[in-house]
Amino acid sequence: MTITAYIFGIVSALLSLWLVIELLRRGRLRERHAVWWLGAGIFAVIAGIFPETVVWTAGLLGIEVPINLVFFVSLAVLVIVCLQHSAELTLLEARTRVLAERIALLELRERQNSGTGGSADDLTLGS
Amino acid sequence: MPDLTDTLIVLPSFNEEGSVAEVVREVFEKLPGVGCLVVDDGSRDDTFSRATAAGALVAQLPFNLGVGAAMRLGFRYAIENGYSNVVQIDADGQHDPASVPEMLVQLADVDIVIAARFAGVGEYEARGPRRWAMRMLARTLSRVTGTRLTDATSGFRASGPRAVAVFVNNYPAEYLGDTVESLVIASRSQLSVRQIPTAMRARAAGVPSQNPIRSATYLGRAMIALSFALMRPKSSYGMDADQ
Repeated sequence: MTITAYIFGIVSALLSLWLVIELLRRGRLRERHAVWWLGAGIFAVIAGIFPETVVWTAGLLGIEVPINLVFFVSLAVLVIVCLQHSAELTLLEARTRVLAERIALLELRERQNSGTGGSADDLTLGS
Repeated sequence: MPDLTDTLIVLPSFNEEGSVAEVVREVFEKLPGVGCLVVDDGSRDDTFSRATAAGALVAQLPFNLGVGAAMRLGFRYAIENGYSNVVQIDADGQHDPASVPEMLVQLADVDIVIAARFAGVGEYEARGPRRWAMRMLARTLSRVTGTRLTDATSGFRASGPRAVAVFVNNYPAEYLGDTVESLVIASRSQLSVRQIPTAMRARAAGVPSQNPIRSATYLGRAMIALSFALMRPKSSYGMDADQ
């Protein structure tokens, strides 16, 4: 490995870690969503500064080409984050649905109370 | 005729302006004293005002959520307003409200009554993958519920007080969940199910889909819905987002 590649690896890893921390610091990313990105960033920094750790771990796991360990871990992190997003999306959809149901009931009660029998458009904001 | 004042008829309606008013009028005519709630499931047409003009209570969902969500709304409305039975009727006019008194009589013994088209009667004979799907569903759900069902996907069903109490927090909102998974949830919650025969009429408006690709998709989705309904742990019931 040339010294340039070594430095490039470390700088990229530090940049990505800095980006995650900065988003967290500004409240643009919630911790529960950031935990995998943080883990990946720290892993990248360690692997960048001490490449021997990757070689050593790969040997331990019986992986012949150490870079494959890096690819494997990167893909694993992406898959886990995607799955987490799908689960969160399902939860959000369920919550939106419940809110819609409650709103429909509230509007119905409102119309019954006002006794006008008027159109829902009086109450919904231009749907 | 059984007492109708504690029964709520729920009509989930998505773009049914052509038939909903007629169905509402028929409900009031054949079932005097009954409550009638139309759930306008995000329709883009005139469903809301036509149903209102026909004299129904209309709850309007802000966007389309499917039959399951519309029924959840119906069950919640029933509980909040003191109705003990809920009867689901399609707003397209294929279900005859005249069958409702017979369904309510049956509710004295069981918790859920499904009015199903019986062999040879009714306008619509399914073919190909859709037919296989309906057979597979009927056979599996018969075993799950311990009663003979021939048309498990019928949307013409009555729920008694115990069923309403279970469904208000558990009715599935997924595609096909309202017919398939609801029966699995019912039998696992110790609710009893019975099917009674009824004639289905041709739809007052709209056309049933018989496209082979759609039918195959339906078969696939039915199998997925059924397997996940059976695999779902009972401990997750009632763990809905609104708990």
